Amino acid sequence: MTDGPTPTERFIQGILPENPVYRQLLGLCATLAVTNGLKPAMTMAVAVGFVLLSANVIISLIRNLLKPHLRIVVFTLTIAAFVTIVDRFLGAYMYQMSKALGPYIPLIIVNCIIICRCEVCASRQSVFTAAADAVGQTIGFGLALASIAVIRELLGTGMLAGIQVLPAAWPSWVIMVLPPGAFLTFGLLLGLINWVDAVKSAKQGRKG
Amino acid sequence: MGYLVDIFLIAVGAALINNFVLYYFVGICPFIGVSRRVDMALGMGGAVTFVISIAAFLSWTLTTLVLMPGAPVTRWVAGFFMSADRAATVDLTILTYIVYIFVIASSVQFVEMYVRKFYPQLYKSFGVFLPLITTNCAILFACLVIMSHVVGVDNPAEAWGLGKSLVLGFFGGVGFTIAIVIMAGIREDLDLCDIPESFKGAAITLIIGGILAMAFMGFTGVDSGLRVALGGTP
Repeated sequence: MTDGPTPTERFIQGILPENPVYRQLLGLCATLAVTNGLKPAMTMAVAVGFVLLSANVIISLIRNLLKPHLRIVVFTLTIAAFVTIVDRFLGAYMYQMSKALGPYIPLIIVNCIIICRCEVCASRQSVFTAAADAVGQTIGFGLALASIAVIRELLGTGMLAGIQVLPAAWPSWVIMVLPPGAFLTFGLLLGLINWVDAVKSAKQGRKG
Repeated sequence: MGYLVDIFLIAVGAALINNFVLYYFVGICPFIGVSRRVDMALGMGGAVTFVISIAAFLSWTLTTLVLMPGAPVTRWVAGFFMSADRAATVDLTILTYIVYIFVIASSVQFVEMYVRKFYPQLYKSFGVFLPLITTNCAILFACLVIMSHVVGVDNPAEAWGLGKSLVLGFFGGVGFTIAIVIMAGIREDLDLCDIPESFKGAAITLIIGGILAMAFMGFTGVDSGLRVALGGTP
């Protein structure tokens, strides 16, 4: 059970080459819902990171005990336990943020990123690899959330993380912080990234 | 009368005003993945509506009978181990998420087995989508909304009963079906369009979703207007 990518490879792959949001299109529910500001987006990334790291480590530790037909149930229950911890923690120490994120914290349970990483990596590889994988995927997820949140908050309110950045005369595009803005921003960014990729690979093709 | 108005407004709110997909972003994965053909979208929508109604029923029942502080079943069981006063304060809400996800996963399994055995025709039309639904956020989301209207409500008279919970679940599913079928219809025509290579697939779907969400924003505020029109107090 030691074959497969090394910890370093897993770590690097998670950030850009296999970015959970832009490349694998996972966890879109959270991606779209909490990116109306940089602060909620980062809180979400940290929450997902904690759950992902804990679930990956636990699943990796018990991977030899898992029965194939029950593994998804075990994954989900493990994740649900850690999400409860995060939810209670936010409710106790960051009450405003917990109110703002509302149902999207419990919805981390059905965030496909975590189940996918448990299935692909943690249930097959050692604890260290699984942890590196979780950290890499979290950074990738955080970067993706930040990229959308910065655009939406900047255009929607002229602020970044609550601090006025654009001149006060900026006519806030309210639509950007409303649901349609999430779809539009993410759709355009996704298309842009695909385009950059296509251009890059075309250049490499010409050289080779 | 007041109750019927409430029910009607919950239905309109769940299906149109606060559409699950276009307002709350739940169920985005099938919205992008299974919206290529109208018949498949209808199958997925039917399956989700079916499961979401069952999950709404189960989550309301379990929350009221077992999970809430002072819930009857919990109090009865705890009464065997401690004094009646202490048993009344047992609070199992910390287990909510684990119980919900377990209920959803197992009810999806049961529904799949039941439909396969007794309604083979129905199974053919949406059976393949059923296992996917376990990780569909829309189901868990409906359960969570119901929970937020049952547990920790300041005024006990405003807590939702089974009827309202079922209506929310069912019409949430209907709203999901509406959104996914509209999207599938658009995407069928999109096949004939000349889309830039890098925008094909998910990117253009998301952008269309944004435009649809803008259209659905037109429903904002309809609920208070309806309430006045139906003779209630705004």
